[in-house]
Amino acid sequence: MEAFTTLDAVAIPIDQPNLDTDQIIPARFLGKPRPTQVEALFHDLRYTPDKKPRPEFVTNMPAYQGARIVVAERNFACGSSRENAVTVMVDNGLRAFIAPSFGDIFFNNCFQNGALPIRLDAKRVAEIRAALHAKPGSTVKIDLASQTVTGPDGKADRFEIDSFRKDCLLKGVDEVNLTLGYEKDIAAFEAKQRQEMSWL
Amino acid sequence: MAAAARTMFEKIWQRHIVVDRPDGYTLLYIDRHLMHDGSAAGFAKLRERGIKLRRPDRGFATPDHYVKSDSRSVAAIADPHHRALVEAIRTNTAESGVTLFDLGDERQGIAHVVGPEQGVTQPGLTLVCGDSHTSTHGALGALAFGIGSSEVAHVMATECLWQRKPKAMRVSVDGTLGEDITGKDVILAIIAKIGTAGAVGHVIEYTGSAIRGLSIEGRLTVCNMSIEAGGKAGMVAPDDTTIAYMKGRPFAPKEAEWDKAVAFWRTVPSDEGAVFDRDVSLDAASIAPMVTWGTSPEDALSITGRIPEPSTAPDAAKKDSMKRALDYMGLTPGTPLEQVPVDRVFIGSCTNSRIEDLRAAAKVAKGRKVVIPSWVVAGSGLVKKQAEAEGLDKIFVEAGFEWREPGCSMCVGMNGDTGKPQQRIASTSNRNFIGRQGPGVRTHLLSPAMAVAAAVTGHFADVRKLA
Repeated sequence: MEAFTTLDAVAIPIDQPNLDTDQIIPARFLGKPRPTQVEALFHDLRYTPDKKPRPEFVTNMPAYQGARIVVAERNFACGSSRENAVTVMVDNGLRAFIAPSFGDIFFNNCFQNGALPIRLDAKRVAEIRAALHAKPGSTVKIDLASQTVTGPDGKADRFEIDSFRKDCLLKGVDEVNLTLGYEKDIAAFEAKQRQEMSWL
Repeated sequence: MAAAARTMFEKIWQRHIVVDRPDGYTLLYIDRHLMHDGSAAGFAKLRERGIKLRRPDRGFATPDHYVKSDSRSVAAIADPHHRALVEAIRTNTAESGVTLFDLGDERQGIAHVVGPEQGVTQPGLTLVCGDSHTSTHGALGALAFGIGSSEVAHVMATECLWQRKPKAMRVSVDGTLGEDITGKDVILAIIAKIGTAGAVGHVIEYTGSAIRGLSIEGRLTVCNMSIEAGGKAGMVAPDDTTIAYMKGRPFAPKEAEWDKAVAFWRTVPSDEGAVFDRDVSLDAASIAPMVTWGTSPEDALSITGRIPEPSTAPDAAKKDSMKRALDYMGLTPGTPLEQVPVDRVFIGSCTNSRIEDLRAAAKVAKGRKVVIPSWVVAGSGLVKKQAEAEGLDKIFVEAGFEWREPGCSMCVGMNGDTGKPQQRIASTSNRNFIGRQGPGVRTHLLSPAMAVAAAVTGHFADVRKLA
């Protein structure tokens, strides 16, 4: 997995609360090969039903081209477990997501794909979004080692992250390999379970 | 001193710890892994690494998302990618030794209907599936939650998951539910109260006399939509109702093992005095038949209500999102819900496609005629067979419903069962997100009985008032 250390990049503001994974990538694109899903990002928000780009949607605005960060509203990416919601954003260059809160499954899926979800105070997230709207194309700086996010206004905030997740991201740790290193513990658990729950 | 009182969630969690790291992460053992036609990505990831499934005996698979609802033929699936996914589940399970309930087998169906039906889901276990509605299985007293495809591969390889312990939340529903009030109305009322992010980071335990009074099927419906309240999982303590439900199921323990299992299941419920991080309570008697009006499951109203006015929103952001939702839904504030016309009806999904759902729907459909296109999609081949044995299929067909083949169908439309733009669908499924049932489609969530009331009147109608 690609390591995540720092990111200093254009950020896109998304103001809708509860923006669900069906909006990030509609279900009809899920059964297709990953490379063909790239175009499906925010599909029905980006395009009208007759396939014309909606100029008012952020990712269609020239100032936000090359964005690598999303600054969203509460409960971002709630809904389904589709990991495509993470991979379609990663494949479009978006690797960090800042919001007051996230859908739990999406939050976990980020770490499996070298992406960083950051929870920040709702007031501060609103401030950063307002700054991005005021000057589209502004950048946000993220430093994982020091756990800081610096907004377009130059104000830096510390964010919390589990040290386990932080280490895995900083080093690009492969979780399956990590877990296979605990083979003895897993085997011991299974032996105990065979005794205690023999009906399984 | 006696051991501290523990919640049911805490007990199941503790029993499944393989490794507790000092950084607060736990390697949690997974007892059951349900797979479906969307799980092909997990198998592919394992193949890339050259790793075999650690415990194929703990895996159970059934195709549900991409199967057609008008045919049992794989060859009839028009989209080659979708057809390949349904074919892949056959080859993947055959190679790995995972139990498969395939198309053509009466045990096939929606994974979250099949798991409990087969006795694969059991009290006190941990269960995962690459699908957010895995929370359904908590109705039997299991800790069950949805995961993404990387974690699916991780469970296949290790039978474990890295987890940070979520918090515990208790939702108590006490009192007596009114006539025709179902698990669906209860969970929609709960989500309307706590919001779609109300339980983020929490495992919900549903308790109280109204929950205990629900059948297992009603509890499955309640737990199913825990994810729509943002919950990591939802669960109900196993009791006599649970044990009676488990008895005789194909994968449930038998004979001496049954007695051992039951003795264990009796220890699973939360201890008296167990402390929860959050407590919410609802009065069962106040719950009316519920219908959603907007594009989030929290936008739920009693059928006696009116489409809300954005001007009553508590803040500008909420006002803006209400306006957006009303615009998408094509609704005028102030309109009584009962005057909103409906174009189409879908009865099905992992939320409401079990035999009791179909009985409740048939009871209302009997002797009436639908006035709009209406479908019934049973949750599994066994549900369909049972319904046919009871003559429910005849009631539906005589009323003008289409009686279709088991799968996820129109809940998510991945098999092509979608509505048309601007079509208004009364649906017993779980998500009314924008575009969920097809681009531009307007989804309203409700119970099976309420869906039939809409089908026979052509608008939302209070099932309690149908003569």
